[in-house]
Amino acid sequence: MNIPKKWVGRGVALVTGGSAIATVVLVLVVIGIIVHGGAGHLSKEFILGSPEQGMTEGGIFPAIMGTFFLVMLMSLAGVPIGTITAIFLNEYVGQQSKIGRAIRFAVNTLAGIPAIVFGLFGLGFFINFVGGGADRVLYGGALHWAQPNILWASLTMALLTLPVVIVSVEEAIKTVPRDLREGSLALGATRLETIWKVVLPQSMTGILTGAILAISRGAGEVAPILFTGAAYFLPNLPDGLTDQFMELGYHIYIMSTQSVDVEATKPIQFATTLVLLILTFTLNFAAIFLRWHLRRRALR
Amino acid sequence: MNESTKILTRDLNLHYGEKHALRHIDLEIQRNHVTALIGPSGCGKSTFLRCLNRMNDLIESAKVTGTVEVDGTNIYAKDIDPVLLRRKVGMIFQKSNPFPKSIFENVAYGPRVHGIKDKKRLEEIVEKSLRGAALWEEVKDDLAKSGLALSGGQQQRLCIARAIAVDPEVLLMDEPASALDPIATAKIEELIWQLKESFTIVIVTHSMHQASRVSDTTAFFYMGEMVEVGPTQKIFTSPAQKRTEDYITGRFG
Repeated sequence: MNIPKKWVGRGVALVTGGSAIATVVLVLVVIGIIVHGGAGHLSKEFILGSPEQGMTEGGIFPAIMGTFFLVMLMSLAGVPIGTITAIFLNEYVGQQSKIGRAIRFAVNTLAGIPAIVFGLFGLGFFINFVGGGADRVLYGGALHWAQPNILWASLTMALLTLPVVIVSVEEAIKTVPRDLREGSLALGATRLETIWKVVLPQSMTGILTGAILAISRGAGEVAPILFTGAAYFLPNLPDGLTDQFMELGYHIYIMSTQSVDVEATKPIQFATTLVLLILTFTLNFAAIFLRWHLRRRALR
Repeated sequence: MNESTKILTRDLNLHYGEKHALRHIDLEIQRNHVTALIGPSGCGKSTFLRCLNRMNDLIESAKVTGTVEVDGTNIYAKDIDPVLLRRKVGMIFQKSNPFPKSIFENVAYGPRVHGIKDKKRLEEIVEKSLRGAALWEEVKDDLAKSGLALSGGQQQRLCIARAIAVDPEVLLMDEPASALDPIATAKIEELIWQLKESFTIVIVTHSMHQASRVSDTTAFFYMGEMVEVGPTQKIFTSPAQKRTEDYITGRFG
C-alpha cells in the first residue's frame, strides 16, 4: 500500500480534530439538555422552598443548605490537614527522602481510591468504630454517635478531597521563592517563623484554590455520603453535628431512582442538576481564576 | 589569634555529596575590615561565605568539616544554634529579596521575630536602620509602600537595612551589586565603606574593580581552594601566586 503522505496528514488532522470537536459537542449537548429541561423550572420558590408531595412539587432549599453545611464542615477539617501536610512535604522533608516519597505515594493512592470505598470506610471507621466507641464510653452504648450524621459525612468527604487540597497548596508553596525563605532565615528567624510569616501569607491564594477545588469536588460527590449521613427527606435543616442532612447530588439520585411519579419529578430533577452544575462550575471558575492569578505572580 | 580577628576558619572543608567544593580553607577575617572574596564562577567563594552563617545547613547534601570561629567560638560546635548565630552574622544576597510587605515591615521583620513588639521601639529601629543603609531620605514619606515597588538599587539597600536592623556584628554580602546599574552600584560601594565602621564585612564579588575599591583584604579562590590572601593593594599589584596574577590580569576567569 502506498498512500501519499499528504493524505495521511489530512487523515490524522481529520481524526484528531474530529475527536476534539466531538468532546466539545458532547459537553454542549449535556449542558444544553440540562438547561433546556431545568431552566424553566428555576424560580425563587424552587430555590427557597422545601420538597412537597413526595418530591413531585416544591423546592430544594434543604438540599442546597445541606450541601453548604457539608462542604463547610469538610473544609474546616480537610483544608488545615491538607495545608499542614503540604507544608511538611515541602519544608520539612526532602524531595527525594523516603518519608517524602512515602507520603506522596499515599496521597496519590488516596486520590485514586473510588468514592464508594470512601463511603464504606466512613461507615466502618467513623460510624461503627469511632461513633460506636464514643457511644460505649460516653452514653453506655445508647445510640448517639454511631449513626449516619453530617459530621461523619463531612469527615469522609474531607478524606476524599484531601489530595486536592494537598496538591494545590503544594503548588502554591513551591512558587514562594527560595530567596525569600533564605532572607528570613538569614535574619535569625526559625523555620517555623519563616513558614508562618513568609511562606503561608504568600500561599494564601493556593490554599484558597485548594479549598474551592475541594468544595467543588465534594459538592459533586454522592457515594461518600450514601451511608454516612445523607438523608432521603428531612422536614428540617440540620441543627447539630449528629443530624442527618439532604444534599443536592443525593437528592438527584433519590429523585431519579425512588420517585413515586417519574414524569412529575423530571423538571425538578433537571432544575436540581442545573443548580448543582452552576454551583460546581462557579467554584471551578473561581479556582481557575485564583490559580491564574497565582501563576502570574510566580512569573513576576 | 589576636584581638583584631573576628572570624577564623581552620581546615574548613565542604562536600556536596561526592564533590569536594571547599578544600582546607584557613582564613582570618579582621574586625571592622572589608574582606573581599574573588575568583571565577564555581570557585567556592559563595559556598565559603555561606559557611560563615551556616546557611549551607539548608542544603541536604552539604557536609562541613573543620572549624569556623566567630569571636573565638566554633560555630559548628554541637551546642551552637544556627538561628542565634544568624542574628550575629547577617547576610545580603545577590538578588535583592525584600519580602512582599511594606518597607516598614521589611525592616521590622527581624526585630519582630526577636520579640520586639513596642511600636515606638520598632519605629526607632526602622529609622536607624534605613539611615544606616542610606535609604531613609528616599523612603521616609512612604514607609507603607511595598518594598517591591522600589528600584533595584533601593531594594538592595532595603535588604541591607533589614539585615542591620537585628544589630549583627558581621555582614556577609554575596555579590550584592551584581544585578545593579553603575550608579546604584556606586551607592552600595559607598555604603559598604560607611558600614565597616560598625560591622565586619565579607563580600563576594565578581568584579575585581569592586574588590579593589571597597576592600581592605582580598582572598582569591580557585577551584575550591584559597590560593592567596593579603592586603587588597598587594594582591592587585604584586600577587605572590601565578594563578592570582593570571586571574586579576584577566588571562582567565
